[in-house]
Amino acid sequence: MTALRPHAEDEYAEELALLAAADDRTRPPGWRLSPQAVVTYLLGDGAKITPKYVGPRRLVEVAVATLATDRALLLLGVPGTAKTWVSEHLAAAISGDSKLLVQGTAGTAEEAIRYGWNYARLLAEGPSEDALVASPIMRAMRTGTVARLEELTRVPSDVQDALITILSEKTLPVPELNTEVQAQRGFNLIATANDRDRGVNELSSALRRRFNTVVLPVPASADEEVEIVARRVAQLGTSLDLPEVPTAMEEIRRVVTVFRELRSGLTEDGRTKLKSPTGSLSTAEAISVITNGMALAAHFGDGILHPADVAAGILGAVVKDPVSDGVVWREYLETVVRERPEWLDFYRAARDA
Amino acid sequence: MPERLYGIRHHGPGSARAVVQELTRHPPQVLLVEGPPEADDLVRWVADEGLEPPVALLGYAADDPRRAAFWPFAVFSPEWQAIRWAVRNDVPVRFFDLPFAYRLGGDTAGRRTPAAAPEPPPNATRPQPNAQIQPGAQPQPGAQPEAVAARSQPDSAPSQPDAAESHVDPAATPPQAGEPQDGTVGEAAEPPAGDADEPPAGDADEPPAGAQVEHVPQRPVDPIGELAAAAGYDDPERWWEDVVEHRGMPAFEAIAEAMAAIREDSAEDPDDLVREAYMRTVLRETRKTYEEIAVVCGAWHVPALTRKIPIKDDTALLKGRRKAKVAFTWVPWTYGRLASWSGYGAGVRSPGWYHHLFTTADEVVPRWLVDAAGVLRAEGVPTSSAHVIEATRLAEALATLRGRPLAGLAEVTEAAESVMCDGEPLRINLINNQLVVGERLGGVPEEMPAVPLAKDLAMQQRALRLKPEALDRDLELDLRKEIGLHRSRLLHRLRIIGVPWGEPPQARRGSIGTFREEWRLRWQPEFAVRLVESSMFGTTVASAATAKITKAADDAETLADVTALVETCLLADLTDAYPPVLAALDVRAALDADVGHLMSAIPALARTLRYGDVRHTDLGGLATVTAGLLTRVCAGLPSAAGSLSDEAAKMLRDRIDGVHTAVGLLADDDLRERWIGTLASLTGRADLHGLLAGRLARLLLDAGRLDAAEVRRRLRLPLTVGNPPAHGAAWVEGFLAGGGLLLVHDDALLDLLDEWLADIPADAFDDVLPLLRRTFGAFEAGERRAIGERIAGERQPRAEAGALGFDPERADLVLPTLSALLGHTIGGHTIGGTR
Repeated sequence: MTALRPHAEDEYAEELALLAAADDRTRPPGWRLSPQAVVTYLLGDGAKITPKYVGPRRLVEVAVATLATDRALLLLGVPGTAKTWVSEHLAAAISGDSKLLVQGTAGTAEEAIRYGWNYARLLAEGPSEDALVASPIMRAMRTGTVARLEELTRVPSDVQDALITILSEKTLPVPELNTEVQAQRGFNLIATANDRDRGVNELSSALRRRFNTVVLPVPASADEEVEIVARRVAQLGTSLDLPEVPTAMEEIRRVVTVFRELRSGLTEDGRTKLKSPTGSLSTAEAISVITNGMALAAHFGDGILHPADVAAGILGAVVKDPVSDGVVWREYLETVVRERPEWLDFYRAARDA
Repeated sequence: MPERLYGIRHHGPGSARAVVQELTRHPPQVLLVEGPPEADDLVRWVADEGLEPPVALLGYAADDPRRAAFWPFAVFSPEWQAIRWAVRNDVPVRFFDLPFAYRLGGDTAGRRTPAAAPEPPPNATRPQPNAQIQPGAQPQPGAQPEAVAARSQPDSAPSQPDAAESHVDPAATPPQAGEPQDGTVGEAAEPPAGDADEPPAGDADEPPAGAQVEHVPQRPVDPIGELAAAAGYDDPERWWEDVVEHRGMPAFEAIAEAMAAIREDSAEDPDDLVREAYMRTVLRETRKTYEEIAVVCGAWHVPALTRKIPIKDDTALLKGRRKAKVAFTWVPWTYGRLASWSGYGAGVRSPGWYHHLFTTADEVVPRWLVDAAGVLRAEGVPTSSAHVIEATRLAEALATLRGRPLAGLAEVTEAAESVMCDGEPLRINLINNQLVVGERLGGVPEEMPAVPLAKDLAMQQRALRLKPEALDRDLELDLRKEIGLHRSRLLHRLRIIGVPWGEPPQARRGSIGTFREEWRLRWQPEFAVRLVESSMFGTTVASAATAKITKAADDAETLADVTALVETCLLADLTDAYPPVLAALDVRAALDADVGHLMSAIPALARTLRYGDVRHTDLGGLATVTAGLLTRVCAGLPSAAGSLSDEAAKMLRDRIDGVHTAVGLLADDDLRERWIGTLASLTGRADLHGLLAGRLARLLLDAGRLDAAEVRRRLRLPLTVGNPPAHGAAWVEGFLAGGGLLLVHDDALLDLLDEWLADIPADAFDDVLPLLRRTFGAFEAGERRAIGERIAGERQPRAEAGALGFDPERADLVLPTLSALLGHTIGGHTIGGTR
């Protein structure tokens, strides 16, 4: 396989097959797996099924139960909390297809959500089924599968509202042909939205009402986050063919600690309060800081991940607003990092960065 | 059947309903309830309409109300329902748990160990594991009481009755943890702090020093946890809810059998043994008089009560216990207090939900969600019936997904969160506070006897010879005298708990060091009510004030608020409140992005730190916080100093001056170095306001960081052509601030200025003159004349001043005394230094 990043249903095809074979519970119409098996697929079972999402079980249960009640699901969270990741795996587990995807942008048009026209045919033949270009959502309705809509709040409000009929009536009228596409059982929609975008294109309350909201939190404990980072860094390292660098758990732990402390505004020992920078300092950023540091170490360093390799990356992740974040970072360096004797190397590297 | 034992779970609505059903089916002649026997007389109040749950039985040592315990009852408590049933049906009720008096009295051996460090129980033969149980998990219902340590930690120390028991045998019991601790079950036991140490000898206003943080003691095993694990549940609470509470029908035999099976294999809590011995004794006695007996007690105790144990064993266990004199009363309680998060180590996490379960007959989930929608609508969040419908569906789908018979609190909460709250934490909290916990306040009839806080106050009023009077009365206190100091503390503390008996010292001359205070006293009748309210925070004035101020510190929004609290703490001498207030100060400081706020907080703190006050307060901790504050200021100052308006520059100048003086007081070279370093780094900035630039140059000159040549260079710069005149004027003003008097006495400065003036080229002088006038014009006329005289008659005085006019050796003789006065060593150079 040469795809840079295979789809979830391809990469984990084996696990899905395994779960389907052992799954004897009731499956909602149109589902490949029972809700319980979907939860297992996402959280892992400690044996053959690897965990895809590390986080509170209740959230995954609420998400799956929501989809089972045929309500649409809205995943909210700060950037980097695995919203897209979860939605991809949910779609893969429920429908075996995570490819019906609409990327929401400020320029997303109604055609992307409903349908468009093949203008050559439209001119040649007039309006007909054949001239219709179905959107991923329309295809999902026809086939009874789960469609995904990324970054819903980036989509202009008037375009968002095209979803209302789809979600409440489960139908998509095509007035030009005097027909409609009715959603088959199993159809549903998973949207993701970014917490930080709140207020950009706020969902209308009519649309909001059609979604159940699940907020994905940042990892609860440092150990959990270190585990997530270490695992993803290892996976990324392989798929990007980076030269081997011994993964330095110490550095990963340090990056995660710095991120967590700044994010929560409190040191891990709970003794010192800190200011939080404007950036979100997500787990995903921690992963990229480490990956970046490893690339630096491999190509320009001695092959070992040193504090200096990650210091610049951390600085870049923390200081998004040069004025206010700069103060936050300096204050953190001077009041926290400096007091930790075992972090001396890092302190120096960070000061120079 | 002569007697029926109803093993319940404290504060379990299912149990409450079942108990009433059973009592109605088999009406007994007498009802025994787990609870303090001294409160038997109070049972009659239950018939009073004025006694409205949630209420609590409050027991305290008659001679020392600080040692107290609460036994709360909610409408859904099985005990409450049973008592109510009995009172309505004219069935006598007896509490049959170990008397509170025993717990307070200690046994003959006089073991009294701090509860926080339980020792192996004397009378237990087996080691007690003290297993860590999930909170929540403890089923046992012991007594439900939560004993509050009445002492100084009102909020944090409530413990249960059990706790109280722990007293009893203080050593023996690690406090019992028995009761269920989490929410559902009833109680957690924390040893009352009060008991933990020897009661202070009645000196009411000296709070016992260390309130210890107590750990929650645990029963040796977690019976419900084990049952739940056996049933394949990871959460014992949920298991109990599914199997017992939601079933809606009595299952007492089954529970009793299960408990018996678990108790077979588990170590016994010695405290339980004593309590159960007492319960059996009462039971035996009751059998002599009555045929049909109903017993309502924690399920954990049931097997012990049915077991055949020889009378002499029980007597032996109970022998030799001393009884203390105790008093009991009913006090209003709130669901908030019942909920564990309000500071109860134990208690019920979700009293509002239980209330709902108990009072709602059908359609539990939809009704709950309708209420939740109501809460949201009341706050202006549009919530439609469609939301309720969808939330109900989701709750049910979740219950199915999780294989539960009925949606529980977890499911309805998650459904409400996901459907109605759009995942917004604020709305979720709203539902949690108003519904899950519920802000219900109980009531007691007016004729009820007084609360310990009122008694404590009465006692202090007697001791300090301060009588409550309805008329205004002026009072002058001399803080150097013991009684004056104590009166002042009492008045300050009362103000904190919302009883403004004394109007504050109006015009206190001078600052903290003042030893005279003037108060205006006036007692108003509604203070009695405030006292009762505040009794929730503690049973003595000191402990209630500590709790209140701790809370105020937590709630404070701005740094200034907390700084004010620090001072209040000092005035009221609340040693225990000090750490939390300082912690809050630290937190606010960290979060406050405005360097100005941070800076204005420093001088007051530094003063307190340096000079202390008449009150001999312990200032440990303050130094650390102040240093932390200063560090933050150093980090933030550079970014706050740029591009300021005249107004803002003036304000910042004053603040910098304040901090600079404060740094001098702190006597910490490291900090001083850092501060001066920060100032030095600022001076190089081009966008610095003239006023600040001048001021900084001056501060650095005084600190010896700049030599005269450098200052001269800088002095010249602002007055050159490249600078707008306003900048130059501000610079000079900043540099010379501090008044003309300084110039009169500071030769070095005067020289510097003199030289610089003389150096100004004649043709430029006309331009500079107006700027100089601006600064010098602000000086007093007398000062200007003195400066003029200095310059004019300079030669002679200057020669004298150069020799300093005194003999250094003789002058040095005073240094040791000065050092002793100031508390730190002074080098010889201080005298005759630049300032």
